[in-house]
Amino acid sequence: MPESIALEERQRHTARPLDPNNPLEVVAPGTTFETVSEQISSIVLTRKTPLFWWCTFGFGLFLFVVFGISIAYLLAKGIGIWGVQIPVAWAFAITNFVWWIGIGHAGTLISAFLLLMNQGWRNSINRFAEAMTIFAVMCAGMFPLFHLGRAWIFYWILPYPNTMTAQPNFRSPLVWDVFAVSTYFTISVLFWYIGMIPDLGTLRDRAAGGFKKGFYGVLAFGWRGSSHHWRLHQTACLLLAGIATPLVLSVHTVVSFDFTIAILPGWHSTIFPPYFVAGAIYSGFAMVLVLGLPLRAVYGLHNLITVRHLNNCGKLMLVTGLFLAYTYLIEPFTAWYSGNDFEMYTVHNRAVGPHAWSYWLVILLNVVIPQALWFYKVRTRVVPLFTVSMVVLVGMWVERFMIIVTALDRDFLPSSWSNFVATFWDNAMFWGSIGMFIVLFMLFVRFLPMIPMAEVRELLPFSKPGGGTEK
Amino acid sequence: MPQYFSRSANSFARFTILGAVCVLVAVCWLGYLIVRSPYEMMQNVPREQPVPFSHEHHVGGLGIDCRYCHTTVEKSSFANIPATKICMNCHSQMWATSPMLEPVRESYRTGKSIEWTRVNDLPEFVYFDHSIHVNHGVGCATCHGRVDKMPLTWQAAPLTMEWCLNCHRHPERYVRPRDQVFSMDYTPPPNQIALGKRLVSEYHIQSLTSCSTCHR
Repeated sequence: MPESIALEERQRHTARPLDPNNPLEVVAPGTTFETVSEQISSIVLTRKTPLFWWCTFGFGLFLFVVFGISIAYLLAKGIGIWGVQIPVAWAFAITNFVWWIGIGHAGTLISAFLLLMNQGWRNSINRFAEAMTIFAVMCAGMFPLFHLGRAWIFYWILPYPNTMTAQPNFRSPLVWDVFAVSTYFTISVLFWYIGMIPDLGTLRDRAAGGFKKGFYGVLAFGWRGSSHHWRLHQTACLLLAGIATPLVLSVHTVVSFDFTIAILPGWHSTIFPPYFVAGAIYSGFAMVLVLGLPLRAVYGLHNLITVRHLNNCGKLMLVTGLFLAYTYLIEPFTAWYSGNDFEMYTVHNRAVGPHAWSYWLVILLNVVIPQALWFYKVRTRVVPLFTVSMVVLVGMWVERFMIIVTALDRDFLPSSWSNFVATFWDNAMFWGSIGMFIVLFMLFVRFLPMIPMAEVRELLPFSKPGGGTEK
Repeated sequence: MPQYFSRSANSFARFTILGAVCVLVAVCWLGYLIVRSPYEMMQNVPREQPVPFSHEHHVGGLGIDCRYCHTTVEKSSFANIPATKICMNCHSQMWATSPMLEPVRESYRTGKSIEWTRVNDLPEFVYFDHSIHVNHGVGCATCHGRVDKMPLTWQAAPLTMEWCLNCHRHPERYVRPRDQVFSMDYTPPPNQIALGKRLVSEYHIQSLTSCSTCHR
């Protein structure tokens, strides 16, 4: 085989040859198998826990305690402690639910969808994004659970052989929610854990103490790294990715059915599923950046979470943000085009009603400010990107609040109109759930490998056919 | 690198995973059994009463009809507990000095009701009309069991919603001719289903299973 053809062949197999001059490289030059393992496992095993971790964990723990107190008080008194009242029977609880579960979607998109799309860059961020998904789904699940009022009989929403021979109402989208969310949670946990097994093996092998070795050893399920193991592992990951990919679209579609199945103007709209999915991925990527950027700075992960990752996440936010802007345009158009008084009134009420602040805040935070992402310098610099991400997270929360409250408080009958005013406990529960998320995420960062070592090694040229000679 | 765990750890891991599944299934199955068990439903437990009244003696032994004491069962949604005066119809003459019956006589003297313990107690959120069941061919013994064989009264049926619905869904399996409703020793004929179907249409029994039938 002539030399030139052999080289060409090699380059074809080497998906992206490492270019030290390219600022958009997915792994910085100088990274080898050994440095990756050392860099990531030392965070868990040997390095001193940074002050940043303790401060964040302490802050999270404080809010988590607030969460516990809110739940205890809620169980003792009932959901009357919230500002909800007919007709606004849903407010913060479902806003928080939709917000949290939406955030999870970016994690699944990164870990499953981008894996199937063969997007190598997702390898270095998928582990913590997936952890974010799991913890976000856990936070999300809390709200419908406690909104039930009698949370201790939550199992009534599951079909099980009970002495009443009663089954949940399968025509209710709230029951679909239970299945969508529990499927999502199960698949996410499995995918996350199975993907982590080789890394847990690495941690076991590198751990010094007996207890640590045992701890990671048990978690590693006897991983030896034989080619048989790798083959099974790859197959399992691809299969799970195949199962998880449709969930990126289906879970939030089902969540949007909570609204669209109702005949309320402002909810009863066919655009809701894509509208919700776009919003979910939008807020999810914002959360990935809000978590990833500080981690990158504190733990010095610049060589693994590179400018290229920031740029790509920024682009994805821009795209999904534009989807969202489109639906914001289409909603008033549909209302006008329908000629339906109630639909038009809902749009009018959103723009100038008692909650008009939320509508205009949504436009500002979700549409106007994120246009900054068109600029390369915004997408690739830490402070502007972090700021835009925070703006989007707030904007997406306000959006869900706006959708829920402005549709409920002014429905068909003016005699039943009312206003929603959040109470202290509404806020305590919301901030408390953020505390729960922070606590779980910080524990994850401390005790598990937040960057998938094995998958990052796959990106290195030495792991490609012929790559070894090229370094 | 030496292996951290010995070879036997593999079997241990497999066993624990299998064990966890088994334990989970067993716990669910046990829960399934316990919630509908006679113990949980207080079925077959004779209740303490102010006077140890024996249905076995009064119904089985003396042959007194149910309606002699429970006067409203055919007319009212509520199956009444007899007033003290009904007891005294006989007991002013018979066993008139028995110390066991002192609470009855005291109630009669003072006009203060005897506080019986309710045996077949449905939850307050269930609407139940006694008369419609009696008038449409549901025998006393179908729900209350053979009270003529109860020295002290106990609850014979589980009284779960499952149990209610079982009859509401398949009334033909349980209905009997109207003239047999108060009979204690009625046994269903071999052609019960055919007879039941005929009675269901004859008595215009509707299979009412919507939520608001009972939860109004």
